[in-house]
Amino acid sequence: MITLVPRITLVPRADPSKRMVYITPLIAVALTILFGGLLFASFGENPVEAIRIIFWDPIFGPHGFYYRGQILVKAAPLIIIALGLSFGFQAGIWNIGAEGQFIMGAITGAAAGLAFYPSTSPLIYPLMFVAGAAGGCLWAMIPALLKIKFNTNEILVSLMLVYVAFNFLAGMVTGPLRDPDGLNFPESRSFRKFEAGYNAEIWSGTGVHWGVIFMGLLVVVAYIFYSRHITGFHIRLMGQSPRAARFAGVSPNWMIALCLGLSGALAGLAGLFEVTGPAGKLSTTFPLGYGFTAIIVAFLGRLHPIGILFAGLILAVTFVGGDIIQSALSLPKASIQVFQGMLLFFLLAVDFLINYRVEWRR
Amino acid sequence: MPLLELDALTKAYPGVVANDAVSFAIEKGEIHALLGENGAGKSTLVKMIYGLVKPDTGTMHFEGAPFAPSEPSMARRAGVAMVFQHFSLFEALTVAENIALGMEAPPPPSELSSQIKEISERYGLTLDPDRLIGDLSVGERQRVEIVRCLLQDPKLLIMDEPTSVLTPQEVDILFKTLRQLSEEGTAILYISHKLEEIRTLCQNATILRHGTVVATCDPKKETAKSLAEMMVGKKLKSPKKSKTSHGNILCRVETLALARADAFGTDLKDITFSIHAGEVLGIAGVAGNGQDELMLALSGERRIDAGRITLNSLDLSHLSPSQRRMKGLHAAPEERLGHAAVPDMSLTDNTLITGFERQSLGKRGLIDFSKAKKFAERVIETFDVRTLGPNNAAKSLSGGNLQKFVIGREICQKPKLLIVNQPTWGVDAAAAADIRQAILELAREGAAILVLSQDLDELFEICDKVAVLHEGHLSDARDAGKITMEEIGLLMGGMAA
Repeated sequence: MITLVPRITLVPRADPSKRMVYITPLIAVALTILFGGLLFASFGENPVEAIRIIFWDPIFGPHGFYYRGQILVKAAPLIIIALGLSFGFQAGIWNIGAEGQFIMGAITGAAAGLAFYPSTSPLIYPLMFVAGAAGGCLWAMIPALLKIKFNTNEILVSLMLVYVAFNFLAGMVTGPLRDPDGLNFPESRSFRKFEAGYNAEIWSGTGVHWGVIFMGLLVVVAYIFYSRHITGFHIRLMGQSPRAARFAGVSPNWMIALCLGLSGALAGLAGLFEVTGPAGKLSTTFPLGYGFTAIIVAFLGRLHPIGILFAGLILAVTFVGGDIIQSALSLPKASIQVFQGMLLFFLLAVDFLINYRVEWRR
Repeated sequence: MPLLELDALTKAYPGVVANDAVSFAIEKGEIHALLGENGAGKSTLVKMIYGLVKPDTGTMHFEGAPFAPSEPSMARRAGVAMVFQHFSLFEALTVAENIALGMEAPPPPSELSSQIKEISERYGLTLDPDRLIGDLSVGERQRVEIVRCLLQDPKLLIMDEPTSVLTPQEVDILFKTLRQLSEEGTAILYISHKLEEIRTLCQNATILRHGTVVATCDPKKETAKSLAEMMVGKKLKSPKKSKTSHGNILCRVETLALARADAFGTDLKDITFSIHAGEVLGIAGVAGNGQDELMLALSGERRIDAGRITLNSLDLSHLSPSQRRMKGLHAAPEERLGHAAVPDMSLTDNTLITGFERQSLGKRGLIDFSKAKKFAERVIETFDVRTLGPNNAAKSLSGGNLQKFVIGREICQKPKLLIVNQPTWGVDAAAAADIRQAILELAREGAAILVLSQDLDELFEICDKVAVLHEGHLSDARDAGKITMEEIGLLMGGMAA
């Protein structure tokens, strides 16, 4: 029992509340709206309008047709990467370097396609797909192999490799992958002018590109893998009781390779879809932090595929809404980041309700 | 006037009343047994006497004066000392240094050393104050804890399950000391569930069940069976050993070796034994002599460094645990929560740990949850596991019920060789009897069984042959009917019998 302030105590629950697992995200959103409203009011803005611009306008506003597409464009890489990370996190294998795998997948995928420029073969994009997955996967296998061989900490190794990937990217766009017709700008050729390698919008104006379709399929596959497949079960087993997993016959080394390799491949694919689609080309400003934000998405979604789908969408809404409010009310960017931070803060803060009950004492 | 008198002590925790109006008295110099199953409320009761837990209601009197210790140092000042089941000793420090650490005002080191020597000689507890704890055996470490208590010159000594880690010879020495203390006027509150011990040692016994005192008796006038029945509250059936002759050799382990996984482990060296069909082989030994390593080597969780494990002349030495299960080798590890079962997963999910392949609880990797649930229900029904259903989390089961589930899960898969480590550790008497019976029935159906246990009574009850594991060496297996407790005790202490 923990006494917060006189009269309010937290009483541990006998069992974690299943109901609270679903209710707490809603409480967090409500608290964010309340305190976010206060924040915007302190800037002299109408809080109701500000909240409407962030949460309502991107979906149902007058320009919703455009913003809805933007939400999908931002949500797809977050969800793809987060789904990959969630399996490792369930097993207690912490890949923090998805950003690096995202970059490496984009580089290998783009390079595989650009090698055949200006071919128009329909095999180009499938080849890039494989190369992107392989690039991310191999980059993630570095921390995996080091962990298996030398028991290094995968958190540190995968994180440090992000910075290696940043610099590798810079080397590539100023070196071998620089656009020969690009006036020496540190950029690769644009995929918009390379149709066989371009991840175009499938239906014009919807924002739906192949990455979004892939994300949709992946949610379904990941859900089945998570809830029905014995390997998905073994991953959870490994996370909850490593000794029980060994007893069941699970090899810890195989789990490390599987979880890191899988999350790396998916991050690499997200990078490929991004570089060949919304970004359009490799440049030093290409990494936008999807690989880091996806870690938050994975936890917000409680490491569950359906939860991750919703978490990715809601975070994308606040990103798009944040962009709108900046231009509509000319608020500083930092205030939007504070608002997004609030959402994450409250989501983590109300988590205790799953294991504790609040009691009022007179 | 009794030394300690408890009057209607009650202590409730959320959802459970640990002690409900418990009253009894201990006279000066009396050895008083506190008997009860796991969860009967013994620990809570002694924690209240020792000042670790505050009773909700009720009073205590010590030497006639009201006694309500709010912390252990208060209880110690009044003259209460306690030897815990789990020792709190620093391995890198000497005996004297450890003892000094527990004292509020330790005397200078040389004086303390001579005090330790004096006490240990007077009570026959050989102990060198300058030795490192890390070099001492478990029995010797317990002596350190006892000497630490005796230095306080206690009027009441509480001993929590003191013999669970001792060889029979060490138990004899301990009992001699306790009797001497009792003759000198020190009262002893002796907590145990080993009934024969209580009958030989104690003058009075208070029996707890579900937090209430169900009986107070003279244990010498009772039988072990009648004490057990008072403790459990129902009639117990004792398992019956079969008299049938055994079949061919089913399982052979030859010159198995496995290096320890960490500094606290034990190297297994040259382990050789065989088990016939229908035979139960018991492995005795003090904990920490290689039992865990042997279990992991046989189940396949660790690959062996040398040697061979064969079942039905099939070499299993290099197979994984699940591959071994497919060949009929099943294991039930000692630790129920976290090794044999996952606490937060449902019983249905827990069947998948060992049953997925052999019970075909799915196809092409996809789990068939209705089949898994049916299998869980079968285990629950066959082994009379008390639970609301297969959807309940493993941790919601009592120790005995979860153990029945864990062993039942393997037995229901018709193993050819079953390996169990501590089958009834921390299990209530009724469940223990059921588990032993189930093991014997499996043997009767022609399976080979290996039981690792520290409970010698259990081994004699169910095993055909007994071998002893000491510092990673396994003695030759001997007929259970021909080897005596004393011989086993010597082997457990590392002496050839």
